[in-house]
Amino acid sequence: MTHLPRPRGELTARLVETLRGPLDGPPLTLGGPAPDASLALWMLHELHYRGFDEVDDRWEWSPRLMPLRRDLEDDLERRLRERYAGVATYDDLEVDEAVVAVIDDHEGPSLARHVQRHATRQEVEELLRQRSIYHLKEADPTSWTIPRLSAGPKAALLLVQLDEYGAGDPARLHHALFAQGLADSGLDAAYGAYVDEATDAVLEQNNAVSLFGLQRRMRGAALGHFAAFEATSSIPSRQLAQGMRRVGLPESMAGYYDEHVEADAAHEQVALRDICGRLVREEPALRDDVLLGAWTCLDLEARTARDLLGRWEAVAA
Amino acid sequence: MSGSRPPVLRVCADGPVLVTGEVEVEDADGVRHRSTRPVSAVCRCGASSRAPWCDGTHKLLRARDADRGSPQG
Ligand code: FES
Ligand SMILES: [Fe+2]
Ligand SMILES: [Fe+2]
Repeated sequence: MTHLPRPRGELTARLVETLRGPLDGPPLTLGGPAPDASLALWMLHELHYRGFDEVDDRWEWSPRLMPLRRDLEDDLERRLRERYAGVATYDDLEVDEAVVAVIDDHEGPSLARHVQRHATRQEVEELLRQRSIYHLKEADPTSWTIPRLSAGPKAALLLVQLDEYGAGDPARLHHALFAQGLADSGLDAAYGAYVDEATDAVLEQNNAVSLFGLQRRMRGAALGHFAAFEATSSIPSRQLAQGMRRVGLPESMAGYYDEHVEADAAHEQVALRDICGRLVREEPALRDDVLLGAWTCLDLEARTARDLLGRWEAVAA
Repeated sequence: MSGSRPPVLRVCADGPVLVTGEVEVEDADGVRHRSTRPVSAVCRCGASSRAPWCDGTHKLLRARDADRGSPQG
């Protein structure tokens, strides 16, 4: 359970006030562009994950919130599709090969290389706080897609999710490993503890996976995002683990990244071939959304990297 | 183990071998490595830093080969 974030503008102030008040009343609407739109959408999505301590669980499906959530999700989806327009989609290739080609084409700065070689401990800790917004619910957004899939992609996705969720051992569960690493590093491991300092780019990264997961029609994007995420994890995880040890973070924190070197080398293959491959064979119309999701994963990570490296005035590695 | 169905090793193009279920790999020095993952990737390129498990390094080899162009003949 987590506390409501601190409002960052008029919209989130209105939303926080509403969530603390009575369930009955007029629906909330967006009105116009809001600088705090990302945080507002993050809060609305969070009602579907763990909720907030001081908020009635019934808000999750409140008709008062749905119009606002729809407006914010529509804006986000439009923005993601506009950015994706024009990306080469390799229509002659199988979808798994096309995702690999999209990854190979994509260029962006690497936070992992910076952490490996140059980052200060302070910078690494800031990165961990930003990453905690996702890693403390790691794998959960993709799990929304499970009941929306047929047997082929579903069985393959569950094979990977079983590993993400510790194969029956809560201590091996990836978001528990991350929480342990945070706690041993002297950071707050409580779910959502650092949302007040989450950057807009980080909130957008999180909102995109929640949108893909929660909207059944976007299951192709959810699984494409998942595949690109897994397929760009092993090598950066090794660099991150080295960097964590270099700045003296505890073994459990570095170990979280060690685990991802090995785990994601296998997850990548399953995600590309068995999850995305089978999905598109059964539902060919979803091919473009798979690539949208894959490319969006890379693009949003590049935005976060540019933003953080810029703050640290680090040379984009 | 069901006994009737042998384990299936799946070869990934330019990548590792995938194995589903608990597995032990004996390396060239006779040392056994055990994985209890639902699915494991065994290195086939020989360049992994976490041998016998794949660590993604094969992709760097592939990129280097691509840079050099395909060999003659
Ligand atoms: S096959 Fe992946 S590192 Fe060797
Ligand atoms: Fe993971
Ligand atoms: Fe993974």
